[in-house]
Amino acid sequence: MPIALYRVDDRLIHGQVVVGWGQPLELRFVVLVDDDVAASEWEQELYRMGVPPEMEVQFCDVESASRHLGKYMLDSRMGIVLVGDIGTMQRLVLANPTIKTVNIGGVHHAPGRVARLRYVFLTPEEEHALRAIEASGVEVSAQDVPSARPIPLKELLSAQLDG
Amino acid sequence: MNADVSENELAGRRAVVAGHAAFATGLVSAVQQISGMGAALSPVTSIGLAGGDIASMLEDALDALGTSVIFTDLPAGSCTIAARRLQRVRPELVLVTGVNLATVLEFVFRSSSETPLEAATAAAEKGRATLLVHGGNV
Repeated sequence: MPIALYRVDDRLIHGQVVVGWGQPLELRFVVLVDDDVAASEWEQELYRMGVPPEMEVQFCDVESASRHLGKYMLDSRMGIVLVGDIGTMQRLVLANPTIKTVNIGGVHHAPGRVARLRYVFLTPEEEHALRAIEASGVEVSAQDVPSARPIPLKELLSAQLDG
Repeated sequence: MNADVSENELAGRRAVVAGHAAFATGLVSAVQQISGMGAALSPVTSIGLAGGDIASMLEDALDALGTSVIFTDLPAGSCTIAARRLQRVRPELVLVTGVNLATVLEFVFRSSSETPLEAATAAAEKGRATLLVHGGNV
């Protein structure tokens, strides 16, 4: 079964992922790809605590996620690959041409970022990285929850949030 | 009015309530309407914030209110994750997840002689007991 979603979300595991996407997609595993979390038992325990018992969480750095992605794609259960930032997703996409879609689920306010949507704030470097991901043949769109309309990258980058 | 009621009890036990969207402000508003004790609670929303910023807001709210108790909505929510991070540097912090109106109402009226953990535990038990299912017979 293909991975249901390759998602960028700086909150990693949280309500929108576990409930918002988890329920309708019947997600049974999450591959959390983050070099720092993969190196920290404490961080892993923190995120493991947040998922229901029927959902398994795998913690990987980019290198090991790339090595095992084929295995995850063959899993009979529905799963999601989750990263915390655009740079990590870009590295993952570069190493895995099988990834064909990327979901921008949450990149929140930080210094240097411009508000594009209420849940997407981007620096010029992050915008450049997203364009590069799309140029490699990957469909990039922003969508926080399943009921929202997916916003294509071109529209996302031209969006300007008031206030 | 009972002359033995302390000033603290009149003000209510204090706590931060945190959650998605307007969950916390709604809950605090309901507590205020029912009991007049809304000022004992400080609402925090996760809207538009990254995890680190949520943790900073929780810290500010805890310090401003002078409490060590946080109520959050979902066990997997970003406010809960942020509060768990804070517990690393504030081990005295008491976190209750899955909060409902009955829980916070009970908490603000708990006696000031109880520890925060005792009061929070009793409030959580009260809230849990109010989840009931009625009807459905055909």
